[in-house]
Amino acid sequence: MASAMKSAVIVFPGSNCDRDLAVAFEQVTGNRPQMVWHGDSELPQGLDLIGVPGGFSYGDYLRSGAMAARSPVMQAVAQAAARGTFVLGVCNGFQVLTETGLLPGALMRNAGIHFVCRDVALTVENTQSAFTARYEAGETITVPVAHHDGNYFADDATLDRLEGEGRVAFRYGENVNGSARNIAGILNDAGNVLGMMPHPERMIEPAHGGTDGRRLFEGLVEGLLARA
Amino acid sequence: MKARIFVTLKGGVLDPQGRAIHHALSGLGFGGVNDVRAGKLIELDLADGTSDEDLDAMCRKLLANTVIENYRIEKVA
Repeated sequence: MASAMKSAVIVFPGSNCDRDLAVAFEQVTGNRPQMVWHGDSELPQGLDLIGVPGGFSYGDYLRSGAMAARSPVMQAVAQAAARGTFVLGVCNGFQVLTETGLLPGALMRNAGIHFVCRDVALTVENTQSAFTARYEAGETITVPVAHHDGNYFADDATLDRLEGEGRVAFRYGENVNGSARNIAGILNDAGNVLGMMPHPERMIEPAHGGTDGRRLFEGLVEGLLARA
Repeated sequence: MKARIFVTLKGGVLDPQGRAIHHALSGLGFGGVNDVRAGKLIELDLADGTSDEDLDAMCRKLLANTVIENYRIEKVA
């Protein structure tokens, strides 16, 4: 699928899924994303989609995502998000988005202490966002997780609000890491920012063992066309 | 001027690290431990005259994530 979508992937010291995310963006949008270094205070002009990748930015110093959230480029990402640019944070990227305040809550050490690295079943809870529009409501998909700090925490009022507003995008089909209400991914109130611990970019072609992640990216391409 | 910042998980927030430490203490034969909570100590060496407001802002903006953590500031002469 070719499109006019312009995308970028943010690269922090310690990012390690930036290239995987870039491959997914390129395969689905037809355009190669620009890789943007964390110290840049400006993003390329006219971006439609920004990826905040997985990894261990700044060695997870202080808290996962804490240092990256204060880097110059994240100020620019926050401004772009406020303008409606799609922002996808995966794994460490989700941690960065919560630390930045673009998404509520926090991601804590897995309740079982261990690093979890395997395919998990996810339920698609919301199909109203561009990220999830290509899925069926209630559909079960398979996407891998690989994280140590994926235990989603927010106070009950915040969790109730997220559920009430349909902002839980994905839920684990089982207790993977102790996350509150099995939440695997959430949207901001405008629906243009998604943070999720599982890695959709690792499930986009049959050689990956499945393609369930691909429709997330395809939905963004269609969402952009719908805006035009 | 120096300050010590104690960052701890809020009550009710699960602390897997504390639980693992607790388990290890039990393994060493220390039976009298009821609970363990792990936190962080961050020591700051500050210019004289750094305001309490600035110190508090440092904690809120970076040193602690107030969604899950509390902090306590202890100024050392």
